Amino acid sequence: MERLSLSQALSSGQAFKERIEAASGVTLSRCYQCGKCTAGCPASSGMDYGPRGIIRLLQLGLYEKAMRSNTPWICAGCQTCYVRCPRDIDMPKLMEAVRQEACRRGIVGDKKTEVFDRAFLRSIERFGRPHEASIMGEYNLLTGQPFKDIMSGPAMLARGKLALLPSRIKNISEIKKIFARVRAKGGEAR
Amino acid sequence: MKYAYYPGCALETTAKEYDHSTRLVARHLGVELWEIPDWNCCGASAAHRVDHLLALALPARVLALAEEQGLDIVVPCAACYNRMKAVEKAVRESEEMRKTIEEIIERSYKGSVSARSVLDVLINQVGLESIKAQVKRPLAGLKLAAYYGCLWVRPPCITAFDDPEDPMTMDRLVEALGGEAVPWPYKTECCGASLPTARTDVGLGMVYQILRRAQEAGAVAIVTACPICHLNLDMRQKQVEAAFQEEFNLPIFYFTELMAVAFGYSPKEAGLTTHFVNPLPLLESSLERRETA
Ligand code: SF4
Ligand code: SF4
Repeated sequence: MERLSLSQALSSGQAFKERIEAASGVTLSRCYQCGKCTAGCPASSGMDYGPRGIIRLLQLGLYEKAMRSNTPWICAGCQTCYVRCPRDIDMPKLMEAVRQEACRRGIVGDKKTEVFDRAFLRSIERFGRPHEASIMGEYNLLTGQPFKDIMSGPAMLARGKLALLPSRIKNISEIKKIFARVRAKGGEAR
Repeated sequence: MKYAYYPGCALETTAKEYDHSTRLVARHLGVELWEIPDWNCCGASAAHRVDHLLALALPARVLALAEEQGLDIVVPCAACYNRMKAVEKAVRESEEMRKTIEEIIERSYKGSVSARSVLDVLINQVGLESIKAQVKRPLAGLKLAAYYGCLWVRPPCITAFDDPEDPMTMDRLVEALGGEAVPWPYKTECCGASLPTARTDVGLGMVYQILRRAQEAGAVAIVTACPICHLNLDMRQKQVEAAFQEEFNLPIFYFTELMAVAFGYSPKEAGLTTHFVNPLPLLESSLERRETA
């Protein structure tokens, strides 16, 4: 079994804890670990720790483990846990805060979802709207699964559901500026 | 009755039949939809996962465009809706945030207009009685599972629409159109959003559960109100069937398509020819049943 020094983890993580609590609005100590969140989480089968586990790691000061976990990335943000939590913990917001903190440090908990998100945002920055075909192309290339979903392409095209050319908005410079200003404010809109 | 209309990206491509049928039934019911010119993507879950400010700024630009006209926005996609509601809440709670957003989007934004779902406006503003009055071809004999997914109803502090665990708006609509809404336990379970694409291993199982429960409840089709739910349940259905070695063949409707059909439009006029699971045989058999009855 792995040994962990909790007192050390706790004392070195005070600043981290404050940032996570401020960004999410969640007071970590309010959670009493009942597990209702994980019980109702529809995506828990793919998660290493699950929502209850993540908040436990954070309570114990094991921030690095939380950031390296795939749980915040697999979380679909469905809000089920938040609605059901007897302590009113905004878990999806907490997941978001952990994800963003991880991004800031260049830690990626789940490579596939992160590559997908980046490709999606790049497309919005270029066109103002996402262009599915190029996002999937980039995603497949960067995740080393070049033929993923390729079979649905022709079926989508036949139904007029796949645009070969991106739909661009006219005032694209306005969108580019939004991205630039978010970056200037220290945002992660890479 | 006039509203700003924000179709959102999916309605230009994968959900064009939702766009089409929304405009059709809105016109039919005398609701004027003014499409916001040059609208941008709301950032979807990608912006939300990656950066808080970006996730607020992108939908805020759209809200600001509607605010210029003093119109509330009608939104067909649950994810776009949820993002816009999050902006409304953020500026309601913090004047500082409102100013930051204005600065980032370089537009005036006071937070004075509100995003509403197509479902909410048609059912609660136009009203079920007016809708009933338009029904020429009741969906008699059709057992349908009304599927809401997550983001129309959760979290209630943002969405303020119907019950988060057992919403009934769409069930009542199905009944008003002459169909039968089956009670079932997965009406607000998550479809996986982008997980069936980004993490197929996890996402397909989520879709499977929903299809399975709807069928167990005796439904012959599922009714949705969101382009992402529809994409996962309809386009991914064959893939789910292959992965779980089970056949469903459950047509997935947008509620607006069913309204159009019940109002007397042909399935083609309602936009029902571009689904992956072909809904036409089911509709035709229900029409025949009624004629022979
Ligand atoms: S449901 Fe709430 S209180 Fe219970 S473990 Fe999850 S976060 Fe903690
Ligand atoms: S919001 Fe995330 S953690 Fe909570 S139930 Fe949904 S998928 Fe699970």
